[in-house]
Amino acid sequence: MKSTHLALLAALTSAVLAGCASGVKLDDKPAPVENRSTGGTASNSGANNAGTSQSQVASVDLTKNAPAPASSVIYFDYDSYVVKDEFRPTIEAQAKSLSANKSKKVSVEGHTDERGGREYNLALGQKRAEAVVKSLELLGVSQSQVEAVSFGKERPAVQGSDEAAWAKNRRAEFNAK
Amino acid sequence: MLNRRHFSAASGLALCAPAFTPALAQFRVEIAGVGATQVPIAIAKFRDEDKTTQALSAIIRADLERAGVFRGVDTSVAIDETAQPVMGEWRGRGADALVAGSVTRLADGRFDVRFKLWDIVKGQELGGQSNAVQPADLRLAAHRIADYVYEKLTGDKGVFSTRIAYVTRTGSRYALRIADADGEGGQVALNSPEPIISPAWAPNGQELAYVSFEKQKAIVYVQSVATGERRVIANFRGSNSAPAWSPDSQSLALTLSRDGISQLYLMSRNGGEPKRITTSQAIDTEPVFTPDGRTLYFVSDRGGGPQVYRTPLGGGAVERVTFSGSYNISPSLSPDGRNLAYISRQGNAFRLYLMDLTNPGATPLALSDTSDDESPSFAPNGRLIIYASRAQGRDVLMTTTLDGKIKAKLVSTAADVREPMWGPYGR
Repeated sequence: MKSTHLALLAALTSAVLAGCASGVKLDDKPAPVENRSTGGTASNSGANNAGTSQSQVASVDLTKNAPAPASSVIYFDYDSYVVKDEFRPTIEAQAKSLSANKSKKVSVEGHTDERGGREYNLALGQKRAEAVVKSLELLGVSQSQVEAVSFGKERPAVQGSDEAAWAKNRRAEFNAK
Repeated sequence: MLNRRHFSAASGLALCAPAFTPALAQFRVEIAGVGATQVPIAIAKFRDEDKTTQALSAIIRADLERAGVFRGVDTSVAIDETAQPVMGEWRGRGADALVAGSVTRLADGRFDVRFKLWDIVKGQELGGQSNAVQPADLRLAAHRIADYVYEKLTGDKGVFSTRIAYVTRTGSRYALRIADADGEGGQVALNSPEPIISPAWAPNGQELAYVSFEKQKAIVYVQSVATGERRVIANFRGSNSAPAWSPDSQSLALTLSRDGISQLYLMSRNGGEPKRITTSQAIDTEPVFTPDGRTLYFVSDRGGGPQVYRTPLGGGAVERVTFSGSYNISPSLSPDGRNLAYISRQGNAFRLYLMDLTNPGATPLALSDTSDDESPSFAPNGRLIIYASRAQGRDVLMTTTLDGKIKAKLVSTAADVREPMWGPYGR
């Protein structure tokens, strides 16, 4: 179960990364995966066949924990650098992928919401990125494969000046180098 | 010097609107506020200024009005620097001072700009000048006349012929620009598809340091203003940011995260190996030199939230400078080192504050009532502060007097304008 989860996340992550590199919209690629998963759940319940264990399909619901398009993004609380437990799978997937391919290099980009000064936010974003890099290194990732950088408040994921927008902008992203 | 006798004329003036909006305006300038002491001054149209591309008299008037201590008196009298103005007539028009001049095209294509300044109240000539300038320097010539008038009448050096650097964002395009201190005559120093922040003028006026994200991370560059030649100063592992020049223009203090967390370092203007200045377990950033070059003011969150601290460069204890409020950032020191401008969060508002460093007991003064202020920077004469703010959904630049009473808003109709830094005297 766990390894299926990780493998799927890794696949999604590379899909997202590929999307980044080619300039394709991020939400284009992972969408079919999400649909297939919901479709599976629907046909399961439609058959209403709990007894036939041989037909049982283990469903992975990506909509519950880590939303598909966001699988390579880690979100932070206000004024916080703590990588929350809910993002452990994301970190593990990244660590696994980096450990499997030692020539792979990624930037971990820290970002903040729009409030406050540009330079101080740059340092806050850097601190978030460093926290993520530390978590990766604890999982055995080589220091030479990851670089923590920051965009501060310069590159928000979404526009807006409310808590919903701010929450989406306080984040760390993985980007292939 | 003009003084006391003028000031009754200024009372009741609530808002002086600018009379000047040139066709190619980079900005719309809106001036608001009540000055305690505003000298009424008439600036006659320069003879033949219509034959040039610049409205010299209007530029001079707008400069003087923005400074907060002058009020333009309308006049349509045709007069130049060779005239003998009848003082009684000008007194009758409500002017305490008069500027008149002319522009003459020379055989080599340059313009000879001449002017004279009179103290109407005392009934005497205060002086004048003649300058031959290239057509492209006509605006500069007007600003220099405003500087002359300002210095003669107030005793302080004017800053109208200085320049400002700032960043514009138009959609996803960024530009580092250099413009006259009134926001006009803007020229692009750098165009980029990625953000540019923290421009910093070298005190000698010849180079600009800044942070560019063009390589998908924060790297510090230095660029020659005159030639556009640029070089990487700091591109270490992690982020490189917040450049600040030493007073001798030979070295830079900056923030590097190469040792794991944002700390302050010192580097030569030519790059090379950085020397670490702070060693804390917290964020240290936004360094700025004192005028004597011996101390750095900076921002640190070593006490929890961000506050302004200072550290002597020759070794010694770090001292905390700001105490009121939980979030104080972006320190800027006046050229005489006596005043500290910074941004303080009050509730949800980020506001420009001024602290008198010579009087540690004094309460810092709020200079604005806006809520998104950023990046203050002093004019080289220490009489004005330029800073970034927001108005009507746009990033705008503001200037304010140190008492917060006279403000000018520089609004671009086409772009968000941010990250201002006032350049030094001279070009």
